[in-house]
Amino acid sequence: MQSDTPQANRKVLNTSTSITSPNAFKNNRVSVMNKMMPIILFLCASVSILTTIGIVVTLFSETIQFFQKIPVLEFLFGTKWSPLITPKSFGVLPLLNGTLMITLIACLVAIPLGLASAIYLSEYAPKKVRSAVKPVLEVLAGVPTIVYGYFALSFITPLIRDIFPGAGVFNALSAGIVVGIMIIPMVCSLSEDAMSSVPRALRDGAYALGATRLEVALKIVVPAAFSGIVASAVLAFSRAIGETMIVTVAAGATPTLTGNPLDSIQTMTAYIVQVSLGDTPHGTVEYGTIFAVGMTLFVITFLLNILAQYVARKFREEY
Amino acid sequence: MSPIFQDANRQQIANRRRKDVIIHLLFIVATSIGVLALCALIIDILMDGLSRLQPDLFTNFPSRKAAGSGMKSAIVGSIYMLIIMLPVSFILGVGAAIYLEEYAGKNRFTRLIQLNISTLAGVPSIVYGILGLTLFVRLLALERSLLAGAFTMTLLVLPIIIVSAQEAIRAVPKSRRDASFALGATKWQTVSRSVIPSSISGILTGVILAMSRAIGETAPLVMIGAMTYINFLPTSLKDSFTVMPIQIYNWISKPQLEFKELAASGIIVLLALLLIMNFSAILLRNKYQKKY
Repeated sequence: MQSDTPQANRKVLNTSTSITSPNAFKNNRVSVMNKMMPIILFLCASVSILTTIGIVVTLFSETIQFFQKIPVLEFLFGTKWSPLITPKSFGVLPLLNGTLMITLIACLVAIPLGLASAIYLSEYAPKKVRSAVKPVLEVLAGVPTIVYGYFALSFITPLIRDIFPGAGVFNALSAGIVVGIMIIPMVCSLSEDAMSSVPRALRDGAYALGATRLEVALKIVVPAAFSGIVASAVLAFSRAIGETMIVTVAAGATPTLTGNPLDSIQTMTAYIVQVSLGDTPHGTVEYGTIFAVGMTLFVITFLLNILAQYVARKFREEY
Repeated sequence: MSPIFQDANRQQIANRRRKDVIIHLLFIVATSIGVLALCALIIDILMDGLSRLQPDLFTNFPSRKAAGSGMKSAIVGSIYMLIIMLPVSFILGVGAAIYLEEYAGKNRFTRLIQLNISTLAGVPSIVYGILGLTLFVRLLALERSLLAGAFTMTLLVLPIIIVSAQEAIRAVPKSRRDASFALGATKWQTVSRSVIPSSISGILTGVILAMSRAIGETAPLVMIGAMTYINFLPTSLKDSFTVMPIQIYNWISKPQLEFKELAASGIIVLLALLLIMNFSAILLRNKYQKKY
């Protein structure tokens, strides 16, 4: 037995060395691939950095050119926006006002509903209901925004005009509500993720003390998941600010400094679409407005996203 | 404990229970609003659009008259855009994910890329349109072409693909890699023959979801000037084009009722396509999902 084994081993070794030589080329290729791939993959990853640099450089360079023609203060604090019609004026406040109004309405719809759905799904719902509702919310999140725009214009707006006869065909309320519906799934799924990561033991402790499900939900789970919930709200806010097609279709194209949600307004995003649909020649001041407004939009959403990440990380309860 | 005190206690408990039940109902109502909104949306669109859902819609080009107007060029444009996007975004996205999960050291630069990707995911889509307009349309002189549109959309969906591919790769247990290394495989052999095959269903699910995001996206393509009135099919990468959401937007913005119906039927086609894509993603996930 013992004398057999080394022989057998030697046989194996021999065959293996005889295989190596015809495979030398292949092995060489393997090692080249092995050395090349990290570099190629790194280049793939750096595309994301280049994208960010591209966005920042594009917006910055054109915005600076724009501000050489139009004073920054006039842009930031002017109360009239009519860059396409003479007399031209370049005050961004009406657009900002429109954007904030839409965002506020959307958040008033989405945050309570999204949060309530999240609490229901995470604390109350039986497994069957949960597994039926979650896909529906996922579908709701996947519906293209242009479809929501159609829905706002053909379903919500007539409803609103029935209730408030004074409302225009294009109004902020309709668009805001639909933007809200669009971001419900986002608030819901992010908050629910935060709630379901609260450990079971905390809930059990409260139940053992005789708490009701509501008390467990509101006094134990929500406070424990608070950072995640706030982060989801901030992200929802930022998403609503950047939403384009719903407001373009349903909120109108009249930049006015109004507080009335039944009026037609214009948001920053809708303005950018309006200009790019027209034939504004490259290099003009009008063309520059796209970049100045885009820059404003980018800075606001960027800061909000950073804030959301900061809140989620900084105030997270560790278990 | 005196009986009066006990009664007060019982009363309090009953109150707390009642509150629990009432608010439970409120939560159910709140949740069902989301579901109802989806139902209302679908019913609204079906009622408006079913009558116009005829062969004309697929075989005809858009025209100024609603009767006989179709979205052939838009459907073909959307599909062409997907075909161009798919390999580019797959390679870049999955490549980046592999780099971050398998190769990148735990240093500041990696953290920067990671932070950057999650920030990019939150950038409004219209800002990508501005980037595409400057970078692809003007700087690289691609004009308002299919290629410029596909590249812009690639940048838009990359963060989605990267994040989902990272999650899929992270779910592959370390023992698989160790087994491969133990057999003498190199790093790249391990990645390409063990890690990627084990995570491919998760990766593909993310890619399909990213593609369905791209097919419904309107704003960036409006920015780079995908036109609304195209009565020819693009024959080369540098031809101008239109896509379904833009055709729908064009029809929505017309005042006549017939065009609204046309828009609704266009939406039905778009939603049907999305449904097929999402459904195949779910099938893929269920079929190849492995539990370790």
